Amino acid sequence: MKLKHETPMLDELESGPWPSFVSDIKDEAAKRAKNEKNVEYQIPTDVCDDLLGILELSFKHGRTHWKHGGIVGVFGYGGGVIGRYCDQPQNFPGVAHFHTMRVSQPGGKYYNTDFLKQLCDLWDLRGSGVTNMHGSTGDIILLGTTTPQLEEIFYELTHNMNQDLGGSGSNLRTPADCLGQSRCEYACYDTQHLCYTLTQEYQDELHRPAFPYKFKFKFDGCPNGCVASIARSDMSFIGTWRDDIRIDQEAVQAYIGGEIAPNGGAHAGRDWGPFDIQKEVIDLCPTECMWMDGKELKIDNKECVRCMHCIDAMPRALRIGQDTGLSILVGAKAPILDGAQMGTMLVPFIKAEEPYDEIKEVIESIWDWWMEEGKNRERLGELMKRQGLQRMLEMTNQKPDPRMVKEPRHNPYIFWKEEEVEGGFERDVNEFRKHHQR
Amino acid sequence: MAFISSGYNPDKPMENRITDIGPRNYEEFYPPIIKKNKGKWLYHEILEPGVLVHVAESGDEVYTVRVGGARLMSVSLIQEICEIADKHCDGYVRWTTRNNIEFMVDSKDKVEPLKKDLSGRKFDAGSFKFPIGGTGAGVTNIVHTQGWLHCHTPATDASGPVKATMDVLFDDFQNMRLPAQLRVSLACCLNMCGAVHCSDIAILGYHRKPPMLDHEYLDKMCEIPLAVAACPTAAIRPTKVELPDGKKVNSVAVKNERCMFCGNCYTMCPAMPLADKEGDGIVIMVGGKVSNRISEPKFSKVAVAFLPNEAPRWPQTTSVIKKITEAYANGARKYERLGDWAERISWERFFEVCELEFTHHLIDDFRDPAYYTWRHSTQFKF
Repeated sequence: MKLKHETPMLDELESGPWPSFVSDIKDEAAKRAKNEKNVEYQIPTDVCDDLLGILELSFKHGRTHWKHGGIVGVFGYGGGVIGRYCDQPQNFPGVAHFHTMRVSQPGGKYYNTDFLKQLCDLWDLRGSGVTNMHGSTGDIILLGTTTPQLEEIFYELTHNMNQDLGGSGSNLRTPADCLGQSRCEYACYDTQHLCYTLTQEYQDELHRPAFPYKFKFKFDGCPNGCVASIARSDMSFIGTWRDDIRIDQEAVQAYIGGEIAPNGGAHAGRDWGPFDIQKEVIDLCPTECMWMDGKELKIDNKECVRCMHCIDAMPRALRIGQDTGLSILVGAKAPILDGAQMGTMLVPFIKAEEPYDEIKEVIESIWDWWMEEGKNRERLGELMKRQGLQRMLEMTNQKPDPRMVKEPRHNPYIFWKEEEVEGGFERDVNEFRKHHQR
Repeated sequence: MAFISSGYNPDKPMENRITDIGPRNYEEFYPPIIKKNKGKWLYHEILEPGVLVHVAESGDEVYTVRVGGARLMSVSLIQEICEIADKHCDGYVRWTTRNNIEFMVDSKDKVEPLKKDLSGRKFDAGSFKFPIGGTGAGVTNIVHTQGWLHCHTPATDASGPVKATMDVLFDDFQNMRLPAQLRVSLACCLNMCGAVHCSDIAILGYHRKPPMLDHEYLDKMCEIPLAVAACPTAAIRPTKVELPDGKKVNSVAVKNERCMFCGNCYTMCPAMPLADKEGDGIVIMVGGKVSNRISEPKFSKVAVAFLPNEAPRWPQTTSVIKKITEAYANGARKYERLGDWAERISWERFFEVCELEFTHHLIDDFRDPAYYTWRHSTQFKF
């Protein structure tokens, strides 16, 4: 079927084995043009044609053809919709208005097909039929609709699908989790439950911008960090434990004897030779807290930093401890503006138990501080850099702990407070001069 | 086309309005076997690339077939995913953080028919719809941003370079021959919606020309104080400019030598565009990770300061990525991530074995963190 625009450059992205987004959008364009199901498309039928057309133009020009977002949204919310207009509306009227809607994704990104089909029908009727599964923050992204459709889509989502929009702008962004205990033996807490509970608790913060800038929560079940919370969330909740790694000595022997492939079989594509527990596990332990005592694997758990390597390498022999909880790290962000920041340890260990009151206290004390002191468009990590980690501890009532730093400070420039110094700062210079001539 | 009302009444927006209900509860979407065994999983194994089994205390086994996909996805393709999930998986499916799709079945005999169905589906032009892979010590799907398809500030496209890169790395998506997992990510500008700064290989769009100044419209389109405040290097100041017709307008001036091309001014002020065909391109960063395994999480470092935007297939970018991947595959020890390998062999050796030129652009000169990246010892390799 002939499409509206010639796309010679995009066509070159149809070859090769990896799924071609060009082929997919072309199929969608053809489907809309044919319209075998007689859908009363509520936005231009040729939206996918024009999307390919304008993308081809960007490939030719080496520049984007999208303008800054306008102020569009649904009534009462300050987020969830990103206005988008193209800068060539005469040539590509189908994408003249091409707004994004962020739909809050379910925990662990599990779906049943009833829900997905309903969403597809809605987006086919009222939008471009093009999505992102999923956006970087985690939402389902509905890519491209017109202003009059925004309220209609929101109404159908909330009334027919029991489903809300996600966050955008200076809001709490849609929190995201790893799949956690639902299908992973490493998860130290129920990431889905905590993520869902906090998402519901903070719906107001998610929909109505009241923050200096964006704020992200992410929930990793263990220090492997599959959802990358430590790198990209203002508050990162990473599962951990404080008792002993559980050892099944028989399974250890099975690994040593080559009966079980190490690392869950992750290295099967190459012959790495027989498994060597000394070389592959014990010698790679970052704190050297493991050894073989005859046929027994021993771990000095007090020295363990829970890096996960031994557990990842021998998942059938070693299991996480049973006194589990999470660490809270704060202030991670991408480079703009003052360089990238990794999460900083704020709470080394906290139990993750309903109703999560202690966790909420930490969150709310951080928000109080950031909303009071944060400048416009200043991320939490930047405020921490500007005012210091000590200030963060003070504002969140956390006791200083060497676990919060890599090493003590490199300089003696301590900002002593008057009340910390015996006798205070006020002194009589005349008294001083009695003993020290000018 | 006739307008179809959802039931929303624009005259009374608050009538029957439902708000603040959040996402659907995850419990509704768990496959029964997942719901039953949640929190009681014993261990997992990768049976072959893209196929996992998780074994529960109850003895239950769930088999997962993982497939890659473009995160940019039409509703027709999602409907096709639903059709597959209905046929094989009792109507359940999930996505991973890295844009893979996972189909789960509750017994081993259901795996082969599912695999056969998935790998047999192709687009007319030949690419796979659902390539199986993305597990273990290999390459998994690239997380990425919107690029030229939807964003207003990109310095490169996203879906295009991702498709081109995954075609080049495809064998490693379906194999597990690498020393450890290799996470590739793309962000089309340094706003980094994709937060690629802790990836084994990061593909980052970057501008190299300072903003143009649309003086005639600047004061009409922008809040000048916000544009001035947006600049992290204080390169922008307010000024008065005389237009060719003699009219004097309020605008801004930019000290070009101070510009670090971050584009934050353009984010705040649309009258300061900096996108440019020759100026824009790709930075390759390497050696980052988010996992705490063996070594601490670390940032990616710049390995190639600039590669041009060569639409539609970015051949220089993909060839550099391939070269780095091969050098890593040949040189690293089992379990060693790319960044750990580079640190062990030394960065001077990294540039040598990856056949990459070390230029002055790669020496950090941005504020305090720069100092900590310079060498403060006599320990180096010849």
